[in-house]
Amino acid sequence: MSDKKERIDIHEYLAEFDDIPGTRVFTAKRARQGYHLNQFAMSLMKAENRERFLADERAYLDEWQISEAAKQAVLNRDYNAMIDEGGNIYFLSKLFSTDKKSFQFAAGSMTGMTQEEYAEMMLKGGRSPQGQRSIKGGY
Amino acid sequence: MARITAGITSSHIPALGAAIQTGTSGNDYWGPVFKGYEPIKEWIQQPGNMPDVVILVYNDHASAFDMNIIPTFAIGCAESFKSADEGWGPRPVPDVIGDPDLAWHIAQSLILDEFDMTIMNQMDVDHGCTVPLSMIFGEPDKWPCKVIPFPVNVVTYPPPSGNRCYSLGESIRAAVESYPEDLNVQVWGTGGMSHQLQGPRAGLINKDFDLAFIRDLIEDPERLRKMPHIEYLREAGSEGIELVMWLIMRGALGDKGVEELYRFYHIPASNTALGALILQPEGIGAAPPSVREQVDA
Repeated sequence: MSDKKERIDIHEYLAEFDDIPGTRVFTAKRARQGYHLNQFAMSLMKAENRERFLADERAYLDEWQISEAAKQAVLNRDYNAMIDEGGNIYFLSKLFSTDKKSFQFAAGSMTGMTQEEYAEMMLKGGRSPQGQRSIKGGY
Repeated sequence: MARITAGITSSHIPALGAAIQTGTSGNDYWGPVFKGYEPIKEWIQQPGNMPDVVILVYNDHASAFDMNIIPTFAIGCAESFKSADEGWGPRPVPDVIGDPDLAWHIAQSLILDEFDMTIMNQMDVDHGCTVPLSMIFGEPDKWPCKVIPFPVNVVTYPPPSGNRCYSLGESIRAAVESYPEDLNVQVWGTGGMSHQLQGPRAGLINKDFDLAFIRDLIEDPERLRKMPHIEYLREAGSEGIELVMWLIMRGALGDKGVEELYRFYHIPASNTALGALILQPEGIGAAPPSVREQVDA
């Protein structure tokens, strides 16, 4: 009835994601690992939960089945560490929005640059893709 | 008969909404961004250009959908949609008014056309949907047209392929053209362009990639249909993958070629390279805005 479908090998598809410098692609593996952390972040979409969280962050986090490392990452507002624990930036945006911080603040905090340096880099055209595309290929 | 008269692309970054809300849209930083949208705002108010319905393709940013439900393609069939609370309180914008008759018609047609849609009868819409409305319609008491929100998963991998998105657009076109009511329908593809919001590589921008993407969206969509996800990730940053949603818009304009009425490209808007276009299918013949292009040198 129709042309034979070209299938993508899922293993090859996923393996390539590990070759991108400084990037964690939100794969099923990360989504599973970060399920409770991301659901915690979603809970901050309700004003009463935001108030309760800000009043006692540790107690609020202890209501969730989140690893201690992930809890520490949240308490420290260490977004790289949260992403290492399976967090996804759009879920975690509920956390930095609760802190009244912007996407630029959160993104900048993950680069090792100061906020001023990061903002300046963006004003100058952003981070060049040169050398940032592939670890193995170095291009 | 309903017909698709134009396709618009737009950024949907939340900082644009914040700039409107805080009254900073005219400052040195945001002024050029809002100036870039002026021709679109003027154009859409011209006689004949205001759509009856916008099919607004966007991605939900963990607002309507949490980790429990991850639809690849969803369509909002409700009478209306409220602005989601993303942690700041809901954006203070009017409710989005849907067109359930047309939305259900499209949903049914797409399913028969082998796109297995998720049908949303209750859904809040986040900045992905409401920021483009604010950028193009300003701050009215109510939105000037109906909107069918059309969320696409580009958050949890794998998102749909560019080819799948383009084909979906083609099927949306066929569905709209089989709707008996005489409606002017636009398809908006939102998100992009190059940007990365996470990790040490955050802040990546690739102007060459973006401008080639705009060129081929118009001239050579076949190339873009074949572009694998890894190329978006390497070249356009981890969130640049949102550009697959532009291909839904492009597919919906048909295969006869498109006319570019307006192009805006600007760096930076917060973390993002911003692209906004007005395209129309051949044979529609709407006049372009007086300014045709604003592209950063």
